[in-house]
Amino acid sequence: MSKAIIKIEDLKREFTMGNETVHALRGISFDIKEGEFVTIMGSSGSGKSTMLNILGCLDQPTSGNYDIDGVSVKDLSRNELATIRNEKIGFIFQSYNLLARTSAIENVELPLLYNSKVSTEERRKRAIEALQKVGLGERLHHTPAQLSGGQQQRVAIARSLVNNPVMILADEATGNLDTRTSYEIMSLFQELNKQGITITFVTHEPDIATFSSRTIVLKDGDIMQDYNNHNILSAASELAKLPKQDD
Amino acid sequence: MRLLNLFKIATKAIVLNKTRTLLTMLGIIIGVASVIAMLAIGEGSKESIRTTISAMGSNMITIKAGADTRGGVKQAASAMETLTLSDYEAIKSQSTLLSYSTPLVNGNGQIISGSNNWPSTIYGVNPEYLNIKVIDLQSGSMFTDVDVKSAAKVALIGQTVVENIFPDGQDPVGQMIRYNNIPFKVIGVLEEKGENTFGQDQDDVVIAPYTTVQKRILAIDHLNQIIASAINEEEAPNAVLEVSKILREQHKLTGNQDDDFYVQSMEELISTFSSTSEMLTILLVAVASISLLIGGIGIMNIMYVSVKERTKEIGLRMAVGAKGADILMQFLIEAILISITGGVLGVLLGLGSTVFIEKFLNWPTSVALYSIVISFAVCAVTGIFFGWYPARKASALDPITALRYE
Repeated sequence: MSKAIIKIEDLKREFTMGNETVHALRGISFDIKEGEFVTIMGSSGSGKSTMLNILGCLDQPTSGNYDIDGVSVKDLSRNELATIRNEKIGFIFQSYNLLARTSAIENVELPLLYNSKVSTEERRKRAIEALQKVGLGERLHHTPAQLSGGQQQRVAIARSLVNNPVMILADEATGNLDTRTSYEIMSLFQELNKQGITITFVTHEPDIATFSSRTIVLKDGDIMQDYNNHNILSAASELAKLPKQDD
Repeated sequence: MRLLNLFKIATKAIVLNKTRTLLTMLGIIIGVASVIAMLAIGEGSKESIRTTISAMGSNMITIKAGADTRGGVKQAASAMETLTLSDYEAIKSQSTLLSYSTPLVNGNGQIISGSNNWPSTIYGVNPEYLNIKVIDLQSGSMFTDVDVKSAAKVALIGQTVVENIFPDGQDPVGQMIRYNNIPFKVIGVLEEKGENTFGQDQDDVVIAPYTTVQKRILAIDHLNQIIASAINEEEAPNAVLEVSKILREQHKLTGNQDDDFYVQSMEELISTFSSTSEMLTILLVAVASISLLIGGIGIMNIMYVSVKERTKEIGLRMAVGAKGADILMQFLIEAILISITGGVLGVLLGLGSTVFIEKFLNWPTSVALYSIVISFAVCAVTGIFFGWYPARKASALDPITALRYE
């Protein structure tokens, strides 16, 4: 059995809104092991976003434990959380969040700018490698405006890979893309997963879940379902099945 | 390393927003440029006053006969005949702080040469007069001590006199003139000095040995003034005290008897004028500083908007590992870069307009190095001071909220 990267035990998150306490997460426990491709699903209000924020070390649980790569996140300071995000997590967002008027390679280099252990040459080298990995080796100096939505998301994926994170955390990463491009991106995720990269994908689209190895369904702050997917679809072959487009 | 990266990030943001950055800088540029130009004008006028006064002999000391009371009647100073040649000799032999000194007698009269005539003042002095008054000769030579001893009828004339008496451009040296019907041989022409600060024509003079003027023109044996120059400007006030002491002994004044003479130095005059122009400089700089302050507020304003506008970017930077301090430094560096670059441009513009003012408006200017250093320092401080608040605000953002910000 491979080691657990994420260990979550009886995790609760409460928000105080005026006089009311909102229980966003009501005591959740699960592990994510190295090399898994997990989708976290749920409708709005299910606690999905809260889960994502905590997994991404942007937020901390009210009670319960969250360990990432052996580090307990619960009592870390703001700065320590930033370091964890910088070294252990790769973020991918629905709206790509690339820096405008900034080349692909500079966008990818961004996380390494905040890591003083990485030299300038090393940073450039790793950014180029990451962009090659996502198939954008030819577009290093294009700015987001010169790239399609799919390509922009690939840049974002390269950015999430560049710091060699223990887990990639994707938030509705295909939400802004058409079906065809979504499948392309999912196929890229599957490839990366095959290379051993752990991926956690937060989405509300059920068909995305069919490409992952495991699905956790949240509802009203509790885990409703947590199952391994025995029939993982290949995004590449699904893509082939789509009707041909006239370009 | 980390700071260098933040520096790169900040520079990039500035370069990406050229127009806005330039507009933001405008306030600083104008502020710094005006501080430098204003100080240059202030310093320039101060310097010009100083040179004007120096040209009159900045370490000059004037000794005049003072008011006296005779039989209960107060007498005008000019009517006094208490200053004598022996006073001059006493001062000359006893004083230690004077480099030059001369007796001075003066009178007014008409100068005639051929068919031209002109009213002018004649000064009877000794050869040291030229050193005290800092007057150069344009041609010819000064009379000598021998001329003084023999009361020779020789004279030097100023440019205004030359123009009026010798309008045809002939060389006055060697010519004869008559002053109040006494014939004088012109032996030299004085260099043009122009008007002094008080609007007096310094070229409308005739200079002759004091003995000649005393005996042949005025028929007096007292002196109107004694003028001298202190060994340097700093010693001038002490020289005044020293001369007073010598004269009191000479005039046998004891205890609390009032001086029957006046001793004045130019130093008092200089300080009066300097303080006026200093006041002016302070005013100008105050106005310029206000524009610098407004420039600083401009920076704060733009940085504040910039932080708002880039909230999502800040969120992203935080998500990928930027700490609060990194964000703070990024925006602070940006603000400082803007203000310092604005400062550099402002210094250049300030120097440029100083040259312009000097050349085209003919105002005296003098750029003081300290004005550049000060405006520069103020710029850096402005950047830090006005950049701090927006930068602090950016660094305190919650990454989750920032990421969601639209």
